[in-house]
Amino acid sequence: MRRSLKILSVLVLAAVLVPLASIGQGGGTLGAVQDRGKLICGVNSGVPGFGFLDEETGAFSGFDIDYCKALAVAIFNDPNAVEYRPLTAAARFTALAAGEIDVLIRNTTWTFTRDVDLTANFAPTTYYDGQGFMVRADSGINTIDDLDGATICVLQGTTTEQNLADEFAKRGLSYTPLVFAETAARDQAYDEGRCDALTSDASQLAAIRTKLSNPDEHKILPELISKEPLGPVVRHGDDNWFDIVKWTVFCTMEAEELGVNSGNVDQMLQSDDPRVRRLLGVEGEFGAKLGLSNDWCANIIRTLGNYGEIYARNLSPLGLPREGSLNALWTDGGLIYSPPFR
Amino acid sequence: MTDARADAGAQSYEGEVLPPPTVRVGPLRWLRENLFSSWWNSLLTVGALALLYVVGKGVLPWALAEADWAVIPASLKLLLVGFYPEGELWRVWTVLFLVLGLLGLSAGLWGKLLREAAVIVGSALLVLLGVLLLADWGERLRVGGLALTLFGGMGLGWLLRLRVAPPRQRPWKRVLILCWFFLPVAVVLLLGGIPGSGLLAGVPRTQWGGLLLTFALAVVSIVLCFPLGVLLALGRQSSLPVIRWAAILYIEVIRGVPLVTVLFMASLMLPLFLPSGWRVDNIIRAITAFTLFTAAYIAENVRGGLQAIPKGQIEAAQALGLGPVLTTFLVVLPQALRAVIPANVGQFISLFKDTSLVFIVPLMDFLGIALDIIENPKWGGPAREMLLFVALVYWFFTYFMSHMSRRLERALGVGER
Repeated sequence: MRRSLKILSVLVLAAVLVPLASIGQGGGTLGAVQDRGKLICGVNSGVPGFGFLDEETGAFSGFDIDYCKALAVAIFNDPNAVEYRPLTAAARFTALAAGEIDVLIRNTTWTFTRDVDLTANFAPTTYYDGQGFMVRADSGINTIDDLDGATICVLQGTTTEQNLADEFAKRGLSYTPLVFAETAARDQAYDEGRCDALTSDASQLAAIRTKLSNPDEHKILPELISKEPLGPVVRHGDDNWFDIVKWTVFCTMEAEELGVNSGNVDQMLQSDDPRVRRLLGVEGEFGAKLGLSNDWCANIIRTLGNYGEIYARNLSPLGLPREGSLNALWTDGGLIYSPPFR
Repeated sequence: MTDARADAGAQSYEGEVLPPPTVRVGPLRWLRENLFSSWWNSLLTVGALALLYVVGKGVLPWALAEADWAVIPASLKLLLVGFYPEGELWRVWTVLFLVLGLLGLSAGLWGKLLREAAVIVGSALLVLLGVLLLADWGERLRVGGLALTLFGGMGLGWLLRLRVAPPRQRPWKRVLILCWFFLPVAVVLLLGGIPGSGLLAGVPRTQWGGLLLTFALAVVSIVLCFPLGVLLALGRQSSLPVIRWAAILYIEVIRGVPLVTVLFMASLMLPLFLPSGWRVDNIIRAITAFTLFTAAYIAENVRGGLQAIPKGQIEAAQALGLGPVLTTFLVVLPQALRAVIPANVGQFISLFKDTSLVFIVPLMDFLGIALDIIENPKWGGPAREMLLFVALVYWFFTYFMSHMSRRLERALGVGER
């Protein structure tokens, strides 16, 4: 008995220590992904437009999901070479740090503490979220200034309530807050017409809008009063992988700016514009420098489309306006901007 | 009609010990005895009926007219098996045929308890899948086949029981027990596949989901946590201090930690300690967490049973010359385990429901998939229909478990001796 206990304790110790000794080995994330044959993408599976289960295809679908697919296309030229891990908000950074996922694309706001304290790297913002307003489509309200004197439904004791007060004081507008402790009660009050506008993050407004009794009678204003930039996140310590994620996002943005889309990408390969030729891998060795094939970006555009197409497919049906919002191209007054491919 | 049949008790008494006579009563008498036996009970009955009416008046018109149930048949495949590849679904069907065939045969051979289980499962299967949910005739046919297998097996077993003398039934029963024993192996091989083989190509466990995953988690955890729990309970009673203290430490630590924490540790913290190349399957991690967690509770339940055994029993066993091992396994445990069936089944039921916590791991179980489907903007918020359906399915299985445990208690005479 005593002897077997001894052996057992030695075995347990060995089981604990042996793995510890080999921590820190292994190649980069790209190598691991290529060996595995698929990308593991941490997503949010329960947000309309950004990530949800489509029962028709039996697969995930949404804006964030499309960026997972874009990465898979960049690496494997196969949008289905992705394994999705639906993560809770609490678990996402732990999962990223633990190496459970290769990239986190789960409507995650880029903030100082997350970037620095949580040793994460934020790829360029794919969606500029922020506190916005939903109003009735026939109300004649088109800007925040039109909301002067309006009754606004808002959640109690949140930064949302604070932001609202600050913004309206700054603009010198008056309003009557209708305060709720529960989101369900707030949404119902708005649906019943007890307030003129509902304020929350724009992506949440879009989700709420789908559940109203008549979604088409409501619109979301393009203006935002707070900053919630959402984008892909990777771990510290693998710059090559970070570059791949960054430039995958930029690829979709640059393509839109240059007028390359899923329909014309193959004609664009013959284009004389050197910017297009470099983007699509006709000229230069841009893909190879990332460790990918040179037509990586062309593949992304062919399979998933450019930024505008991804936006139109996933977010426009939700009533999230692109025109006049921060998510318009920089040439149209928005913030969607890619550094040059050269 | 209203009178109890007077001769119900005067049944013939031919050698075999018969169960106590059941007194049959007419419906009116039953009403009077059960619902209107005193003015207070009458008041309660009327009150309950009024409540039922109020709730039903709201729910029924909604359920029949307003509610849009289309989301459920449309997403049935996802709900039941998750991302299991379409081309490999025959394996799930095969498993169902195997399990139901075995259940039917056993129900026929052994009778009462199993028969009731089989009838409940069979009728639920027919009603739920065959009539309400499946539109596709191919699937209806397969469900019909399932029911046929179940009831056909039952008939076959029953014939065996009638026609074959009891001593010669034994080898049959043995074969069946052996089949049950190897069933889990067959199921795992079928569902998981053998990587690299042609026909049974491996299905990555990340593609398991839905009700299939809920079942896999619950059944495997229940089967594993029970022996572990019994061992822990015995360890806690042990006279060897090392074992006793180890068992106490384990039980108290696990019981002092929420299940969510254990799952979180198993799924997200563990990889931090493992080298980067080591990947333990998510499902195995979740099963380990559920097993370790529930075992601690089972251990405490069983300890209650152990302590309820009068000391005289142990002394009598020792006086008969039984050693400590034989005393434990032949005298103490059978009585102790029987006494704690209700508590343990309660634990299993809560384990079954707790499997929905695997969204932390992250796995896509029945509830998780349902919640993700209803976020599709296309459905515009049919949340209530979907959630009601999920609740109904959970209720069916948990109620089935508690019903069968009550029957098992009655069959074993818990609380009577």
